[in-house]
Order: sequence, then C-alpha cells, then structure tokens
Amino acid sequence: MLWILLALIFLGLLGYVLGRQRAVASASGDVRELHSLPNYYGLNVTLLTLVPALLVLGLWLIVQPIIVERTVAGQIPASFMEQVENPTLLMTEVRRLAGGIETAIERGFLNVEDAANLASDTDIRAQLAEAGVALGADVSTEVLAAAQDFRAMNATGATWMLIVVFALAFAGLAYSYVRTHKDLRARNRVEYAILSILMIASTLAILTTVGIVLSMLWDTRNFFQLYPWQDFFFGLEWRPSFEGGSELGLIPLLWGTLYISLIALLVAVPIGLFAAIYMAEYATKRVRSVAKPLIEVLAGIPTIVYGLFALITVGPMLRDYFAQPLGLGDSSSSVMTAGIVMGIMLIPFVSSLSDDIINSVPQTLRDGSYGLGATQSETVKQVILPAALPGIVGAVLLAASRAIGETMIVVLGAGAAARLDLNPFEAMTTVTVKIVGQLTGDTDFSSPEALVAFALGLTLFVITLGLNIFALYIVRKYREQYD
Amino acid sequence: MEDGNVNDMSGIDQGVAVTGTKMKARGVDVFYGDNHAIKEVDVDIADKTVTAFIGPSGCGKSTFLRVLNRMNDTIDICRVEGDVTLEGEDIYDPKVDPVQLRAKVGMVFQKPNPFPKSIFDNVAYGPRIHGLSRNKSDLEEIVEKSLRRAALWDEVKDRLNAPGTGLSGGQQQRLCIARAVATSPEVLLMDEPCSALDPIATAQVEELIDELRSRFSVVIVTHSMQQAARVSQKTAFFHLGNLVEFDDTDTIFTNPSDPRTESYITGRIG
Ligand SMILES: Nc1ncnc2c1ncn2[C@@H]1O[C@H](COP(=O)(O)OP(=O)(O)OP(=O)(O)O)[C@@H](O)[C@H]1O
Ligand SMILES: [Mg+2]
Repeated sequence: MLWILLALIFLGLLGYVLGRQRAVASASGDVRELHSLPNYYGLNVTLLTLVPALLVLGLWLIVQPIIVERTVAGQIPASFMEQVENPTLLMTEVRRLAGGIETAIERGFLNVEDAANLASDTDIRAQLAEAGVALGADVSTEVLAAAQDFRAMNATGATWMLIVVFALAFAGLAYSYVRTHKDLRARNRVEYAILSILMIASTLAILTTVGIVLSMLWDTRNFFQLYPWQDFFFGLEWRPSFEGGSELGLIPLLWGTLYISLIALLVAVPIGLFAAIYMAEYATKRVRSVAKPLIEVLAGIPTIVYGLFALITVGPMLRDYFAQPLGLGDSSSSVMTAGIVMGIMLIPFVSSLSDDIINSVPQTLRDGSYGLGATQSETVKQVILPAALPGIVGAVLLAASRAIGETMIVVLGAGAAARLDLNPFEAMTTVTVKIVGQLTGDTDFSSPEALVAFALGLTLFVITLGLNIFALYIVRKYREQYD
Repeated sequence: MEDGNVNDMSGIDQGVAVTGTKMKARGVDVFYGDNHAIKEVDVDIADKTVTAFIGPSGCGKSTFLRVLNRMNDTIDICRVEGDVTLEGEDIYDPKVDPVQLRAKVGMVFQKPNPFPKSIFDNVAYGPRIHGLSRNKSDLEEIVEKSLRRAALWDEVKDRLNAPGTGLSGGQQQRLCIARAVATSPEVLLMDEPCSALDPIATAQVEELIDELRSRFSVVIVTHSMQQAARVSQKTAFFHLGNLVEFDDTDTIFTNPSDPRTESYITGRIG
C-alpha cells in the first residue's frame, strides 16, 4: 500500500517538473509569454496525474472487499449453510482463515504452492498455530474452499487495482504533458481542480451525516418490526428483560430527559446570563481579565468529573438537607442532583456565548440610552437585552441540546432507574443513559432490547434537530425585526 | 418651511436678547490617555439660544459637547478637568448623579442610533424611564408631539409599531431627535444632526432647532458654515483643541478677530 502511494507521489512530482519545463520551453524560455505562471502548468500535470488515480484507488479499496465477500458467500453451498448454527459468523471464519494463510506465507511457514494445496484433512489448525495464527475451530472443507476463493479473488483484485491505478496515473501524466503549451489556461484549470476538491470535502461531510441518519433509520425500522411503535412512543413503562416480554416505553425516559434538562437550564440560564451581563457591562477590565477565564475553566472540566461531584457531594447534600427533612424521599441520586450539576456545567456555555453577543451590541446604542438619562440597568434591560435577544435565545437552545445529550452526569447523578414521577428528589434516568445501558454487555442485535437503542437515538436526534430549527427560526424572526 | 431664505444668511433673526447663562465652562481640559484633546476652554451657553461649535475635523467639538452632559464618563481613558456648571451647580461634583444630569442635558449623536424597538417605543423611551406621563394617552400625546416637531410624524404615523431601525438614515436621525425632544431636556446637545439628511430634511431640522430655542438652549456641532450662520446666535470656533474665538454669530462671520477663524470660515484651513 505504502509503496503504491510513494510511487504515485513520485509520478506527481515528475509530472510537475516535466509540465513546467515543457511550458517554459514552449514559450522559448520567456515566462511572460505564458498564459499562466509556470507553476500552474506543473500543478496542472500533477493534479491530472494524481487525482483520478487516487480517487479510483480509494474507491477500489472500499468496493473490492464488499464484492469479494458477496461472491464468496454466494459460492458456499446452501446445504452447508443450513448445518451451520450462525451463518453471520461463517464469513468471519472464512476471513480469519484466509488472513491466517497469508500470514503464514509471509512468515515463511508455508510456501505459495503448499498454501494452494492445503487440504482439510491435514491439520490446518495446528499448522497455522505453528505460524502464530490462532484459529477458533477446526477447518471444514467448505470453509477452506471459501477461504481459498477469498484469497484468490483478493489477489486478482489487488493486481487489477495496481494495473488500473497506474494506467490512469500514466495516462493523466501523458495527456496533460502533451497538452501543455504556452496558451493552455493552466491557472483556470488548477483553480477549477481546487474548487472540485473543496466541493468533494463538503459533500463528504454532508454524506456522513446522511449516512449516520440512514444507518439509524435502518436499525430503527428493524426495531419497529419487532416491537409496535405505539407501545414505544406511548408506553409508560420501561422494563427491558432479555428473556422477552420487555416493555420499552419511551415516555419515562423522555420525561427524565426533559425534567433534568429543565432543571439544568433553570440553573444555567439565569446564572450564566447574569454573569455575562456583569462581565460585559459592569466589570472593570481588571476583574474581567481574571473572572472570565475562571468561569471558562468550568467548561474544560470533563463531564465525568462533574458526575463524581454529583455522586459524592451534591447528591448526599441534597438528600440530607432537603429531601429527608421535607419527607420527599431518601435517594441520593435524583433529578435535582443531576439537574443542578448539569446546570453548573452549562453556565460557562451560556455565559461566554451571551457575553460575546452582548459585547457585539454597538456602543452607539448604549450611548443613545445614556444620553437620554437612562441608568445602566435600564439600558441593559431595555436596550441591550432586546438587541441581543436572538443571540441569547440561540445560546440557550444550544445549551438545551447539550443538556439533552448529556450522559455521564445523569448516570452518576440521577441513577439509571426509569421512572415517571413529579418528585424532583427521586432517581430517574434519561434517553442517553438507556442507550448506553441497552448496548453494553452481551448484546444480540436481533433483539428488540438492543435495537431499541437506535430508536432512542433517532428520537433524540429528531428532538435536537427540532430544537436547532426552532432556534434558527427565532433568530431569523428577530433579525428581520431589528436590523 | 419656505425654502426662500435657507441660503440667505441675512434673513436670520439674530438679534435675540440673551436671557442669562444656562451652562458655564471654565478652564476645561480633556485628556484621552496622553492625548490632550481640549485645552483650557471657557464657554458660556446662554439660555434660550442656539450655540454652534465649528472647527476642522478632530479639533475636539464632539469631545467638548460630551463634556457638557458627562457622556465622557462612559469612556474609560477619558479624563476631564476644570469647572462646568449648569445653572450655577457644578455638574462634576461627586454629589451630582450623571443620570439625572443627562435627563436635563439631552443629546443627539453624530450617527443615528435608534434602539431596536418600535418607532413608538423609541420616542417613548425617555418619558417612560423618567415618568413624564400620567397615562397611556398622555404618552401617546408626547410621542406624537415629539415626532411632529422632528418633522417625522407624517411619514411614520401609520407605522408607529414598525421597528425604528427599518427607517432610512435621515428618518432615523429625525427619530433620534424626536426621542431626545420627548424627554424635555433643558439643554439639547446635537452633534452634526444633519450630516445624514437631505436638504429638505435639513431645512426641517433647522426649523425645529429654531423653534426649540424658545424653550431650551441648543448646542449644535456642524461642519456647514451656512448652517451655523442660519441657526445659531453664538458661535464657538475650535482649532486643535483650543477655543480660538467665541462670540455672536454675526461677529464671527462678518468680523472675526482671529486670523485662524477667518481662514477657516473662508475655507483656507480645515
Ligand atoms: N474615544 C476616544 N478615545 C481616544 N481618543 C479620542 C476619542 N474620541 C476622540 N478622541 C480624540 O480626541 C480628539 C478630538 O476628537 P473629536 O471627536 O472631539 O473631534 P471632532 O471635532 O468631533 O471631529 P469631527 O468633526 O470629525 O467629528 C481627536 O484627536 C480624537 O482622536
Ligand atoms: Mg465629532
């Protein structure tokens, strides 16, 4: 692999030098005669040499394993398939065996002919173990045949890949070299190539998002085939059991998520916003230069540390001083604990975003207000906050998205018990915690208990997407009104 | 406004009897850090009079204007020395609340700066914070009167709830004037109020200034010699932070005593 890349890069460099020389030569040495700077001619050749070859190389590396695996799997006799307990594991076995044989050849324990003539009645397992490759089970004839097919196809594929890639590289080099001439618009071509590269990058980013959603959609669909959607969306109970008969109702989890997020926002928004107002409008330069970084340190603390703080300090304190005296329960993990600690985590988020937004309100507006005899707080309340409102709403909704997606603080602060309750001193849990819960340990991806994680994930995705769209809507609405 | 006498300096009523001194500045120095922006300036702002500040760009007109209502307090590096009094009271006395002072000495800025609120709320801002109206209809009356005086009423009376920031630049400036007038200050400071206005709106604002003179003192900064001559009774000429000459507008424009004043007015410096 590495040497292919090195060879391609060498060809690219060669193309650069050749292209440049040819361009300069075609203008009989007078650079002013050229349409573009000499570098552009060189780059043009390099790009035509490298880009198509690299694209095909990348594509080939993705597509070949898929095709090979499909074909090999199709060639395994159906009668044999029926005997196997777990068909999905069969291909893994084939791949392992094929890989093992390759390793053995590489390390010199097998020569190529022996490898081709391996028969299932010899003890392949022992032979490979000698070469340092451990196989899980004895090798059956069918698996061996499949593994040999697999190897053969991969080898042919690799050869063809080499041929095609280098043919393309040479073709690109030759074509662009021949076309190089002093009147060629090399500068425009390079510009166009750069544009395409940028576009490919942004397309990839978008495609990844789409891919994530699609993969979740797929598994969610599988889940809803096993479990009725009404029971998921409207179920009031969350009681998964791997023996079957689970109840997988979303409502208690959603309730926990929203309840905890609400408390977190009730803590974070006022404190963060007031801190931002103080920093932006009242604090002297000295105070600001010390206090602002201190607040922002909060943002750098990993959430697991907040979780510990919730578990060890806040939880027991709330229980001893509030929940027990008020007779509201005696659990140290509670919605309140997680909400408060998550609120603390979000303070720097809200405050530093709001601070930037408040600072960007033009000074002339403040002057106008002071010039009419308004006090500082009147100015903040009636002029600055309204002007900064769209941005602040955006900041709050962003904080809400984070609260909804937070996991660690909830596990340690609120526990993992799904419950539908109004009492904020009870343990509850959230969607994210349950996603983790359903996927840790031994999971069988064909059971609704595991697949529900995807439905939960998709639900979260839709909720945060909705929040973001709402934020955009608010921001746009006020924009129109104010500038 | 009949435009017949807009460009005619002799048509202005300049013989108004001065009714006493409203504000008095003595030995005022202003520093921005090390930059000595205003040097030992003495000025009297007479009551019910329009005083014009003229001078080349950067000479300190805006700075001195801001001394008069302590707007310089909002600039960290700015330091003011000397005595400034409003009706005999030192406005830089620690006992004086700058907020109260600014309600009495209002200001219109060089650049229009309407609040991101409706036109109505913009004008009602001052009356609301100072409690100038007893009820809603009172407030509506104040808003209407102020907008009329700023020659904006006819253009906005059907859209008082539209945002003030949606107006044109000249309309915004008149909105800011209406906003300042609505607070009923005793002294109104205007920093180049017409720099964003077309000739018609300029004429309207000049008419307004003339009308305001019957009730307030007005101080106006302007780069237009004609405007200074048309609307003011007193003119102060600043140059490089110094007050070069301060006298009746007639005298300044017809018979200046300092050669720098004469060269500026006739267009040789600045
Ligand atoms: N906020 C400030 N910080 C520092 N220096 C300032 C500030 N405002 C004004 N200055 C300086 O003070 C001097 C006077 O400025 P000022 O704004 O008063 O001039 P001006 O006469 O109003 O000019 P213009 O006609 O262009 O508005 C200038 O040298 C300027 O650089
Ligand atoms: Mg100025």
